[in-house]
Amino acid sequence: MRRTFVKTVVATAVVAAFGGIAYAQQGKPVKIGLLATLEGPFAAGGADGMRGAEMAVNERKGMVAGRKIEIVKASSDAKPDVAVNATRKLVEQDKVDIMVGPLSGGEGIAVKEYSKTQPNITFINGSSGAQATTLVNPSPNFFRFNTEGAQWMVGLGKAALDKGYKRVMVIAEDYAFPYSQVQGFMSEYCRLGGKVPVKAWVPLGGKDYASVIARIPKDVDALVVVLGGADAVNFLNQYEAAGGDKPMVGGSITVSQDILNYKGKRRDSLVGTIAGSPIADSYDAPEFKKFVTDYQKAYPVSSGAYPSPSLFALVYYINMKAALDGLDAVKGDLSDGQKKYREALSKMTLKTPVGDVKLDANRQAIGTTFITEVVKDSQGNLSNKVLRKVDGIDQMLGMKKEEFQMGSRDVPNCP
Amino acid sequence: MSAANWRNAMNSGAGRAVMMNRGQAAVALPLPGVGGNRGLSLISLISGIGARHVVVLAFVLAYPWFATPFFTFQIGAQSLALGLIALSLTFLGGYGGMVSLAQITVAGIAGYGVAIFGAASAADASISLGWPWWVAVLISIVIATVGAAFIGWLSVRTEGIYTIMITLAVGVAFYYLCLQNYSVFNGFQGFQRVHAPTVLGINLRDPLPFYYLVLFWSLAGYFFVKYLLRAPFGIALQGIRDNPRRMNALGFNVTAHRIAAYAVAGVMAAVGGVLLVWYNGLIGPGSVGTSWIINILIIAVLGGMRHPIGAFLGAIVFVLLQTFAIDMFDRERFNLVIGMVFLIIVLFSPDGLLGWWAGLKSRFLTPRGGVR
Repeated sequence: MRRTFVKTVVATAVVAAFGGIAYAQQGKPVKIGLLATLEGPFAAGGADGMRGAEMAVNERKGMVAGRKIEIVKASSDAKPDVAVNATRKLVEQDKVDIMVGPLSGGEGIAVKEYSKTQPNITFINGSSGAQATTLVNPSPNFFRFNTEGAQWMVGLGKAALDKGYKRVMVIAEDYAFPYSQVQGFMSEYCRLGGKVPVKAWVPLGGKDYASVIARIPKDVDALVVVLGGADAVNFLNQYEAAGGDKPMVGGSITVSQDILNYKGKRRDSLVGTIAGSPIADSYDAPEFKKFVTDYQKAYPVSSGAYPSPSLFALVYYINMKAALDGLDAVKGDLSDGQKKYREALSKMTLKTPVGDVKLDANRQAIGTTFITEVVKDSQGNLSNKVLRKVDGIDQMLGMKKEEFQMGSRDVPNCP
Repeated sequence: MSAANWRNAMNSGAGRAVMMNRGQAAVALPLPGVGGNRGLSLISLISGIGARHVVVLAFVLAYPWFATPFFTFQIGAQSLALGLIALSLTFLGGYGGMVSLAQITVAGIAGYGVAIFGAASAADASISLGWPWWVAVLISIVIATVGAAFIGWLSVRTEGIYTIMITLAVGVAFYYLCLQNYSVFNGFQGFQRVHAPTVLGINLRDPLPFYYLVLFWSLAGYFFVKYLLRAPFGIALQGIRDNPRRMNALGFNVTAHRIAAYAVAGVMAAVGGVLLVWYNGLIGPGSVGTSWIINILIIAVLGGMRHPIGAFLGAIVFVLLQTFAIDMFDRERFNLVIGMVFLIIVLFSPDGLLGWWAGLKSRFLTPRGGVR
């Protein structure tokens, strides 16, 4: 009985809210669904992603081509099934026109699969960076304006060799995103003659790195550490306790603010760590400086934001900006199953704070990567200095389509 | 019915409990006294059907015709599938006195089975065997049931909090096995695109057919449990819950009976697991992790463990909250709402929603001074 009651009330409310309202195209607000992880391991990153997306909307004062932008937010906890449930709710229940999200790799693949069942809605990625999302069974209505994990590491192999690291050991988490990061690094590094004798794959959220530290060979010049925030700090602590002294090469989310704020004794040894990333705090192009000042103005540290926008803020900003720029290009016209809108998105050259982005045939971004190095400023704060900027990186990492293989535990390999 | 009859019924019935249905029960229980009891329970089942049963049944059958596809699929089908898994816990916990936290693990074994034996896309597609869906489903349910019996065999000699601990350990161990094994479970990524099949031209992935599929199995599970509780097997199980030593003295093999109960609950959890993996279209370690272990317990406790319907009520409240809490409150703090509602329900009614309902009924519906 109770169930009857609850369901009837809810169902009646839904019918009343959505049943009779006809869709008018022009002048009506455009609803954009925004999905990020506000729970679970990436909660802090998800909140910053939301900030980035909000910035893109606020830049246009919440209006595009005379239509108001209405953001409907949803949260997941970085699990694919939760992300699909949240997305389904936004699309089918809240009736959003455009969907922006999700945050992490596995979620991205799952939401892409779901997007195929909703051909009249346009899905734009949040910050998920799994290669497979756009390489395996791509969906015609899923767009990704950010480069992914492997692309973020292009240029780092050469930088490592320039530093004199001829043999390295890889320590990375055991799932899709680190696979692609390691591939981005190794495909270049191996081609130029570097050697990777040992790869250690550790579980995500692992607490104990003793066995990995024991496996570090004496003759490697550096460690390639592709671990996310808390895992990286744990590893550093234990490596320090074990008396390790090898220099580090970092993945894109390894040398984040978490690590730069690291207070341990080995803090100084972080200076000189190189990493590949789609964002660099100290990049001095005026567009990027403006982005950083806008972020700091809108979200002071006292409100819980980072001192400088994180990767998630930037990437969500870029994807939300793409959604709005595309809407502007078609003058807010989403008729005919959003056909025109999608065409505009595919052909658009997106201006982002870190340079121009174009899409390839699979609707995946071709963009810029920064090679950064950790430096210490006069106040003793650590920050990332831009060593090099690599433009126009595509998803094939410069290889031919036939010879390209997706990154996995064993691909690529050069012991 | 005399104690001797009970004992005879139980000793012949316990071993067959896994496959027990009406027909086989009749074969297994030839004693006249027991047969009479069965007829009685049938009559009392029919006479027990009241207006509310008809209304609820009509409602759940008609539901997809006035609800949106979203409500049919995400709220309706998901609630029922989760309810079926929670029902297996209600059966074990409420009637067997064994709170098993490993029910989502059993469901997960079945779900992984469907992905591994059937068709799914892993990053490394070579894992899935691609057998016909019905073979994959049957094998998965059998394996999950054997797994459930094994979990039962491990834990039945413990009581209370120790049962909880040991089943929790099994659940967490299975989670880490899925997370770290790559040759069979495909590690962190699990399996994508595990879709419901197309049968006789009906695509079971569509909201409407999928809802009815889940509804069918939920009703089957519900009535199966209702029947079983009045069958000698269930009555003896409740006896074991209340006084295992006495039941043992009466000649029941308490351990075997409990393991059989685990296996029966395992069948329900396995069917729920298959439906859930089809609902999600994917399975990974996250689907069997600690958060889901706790969620199933929350669902069962929320609804109330006194009656099989509690599992489904709990699931509906749970799914509605998970889906809509974010709209009701500050978006960064919506988990607070979920926690508060759970707390309020459990705080004011230790017996969940059913306890609330019973309290309201006795307060308003019972004539003053009268006894019903």
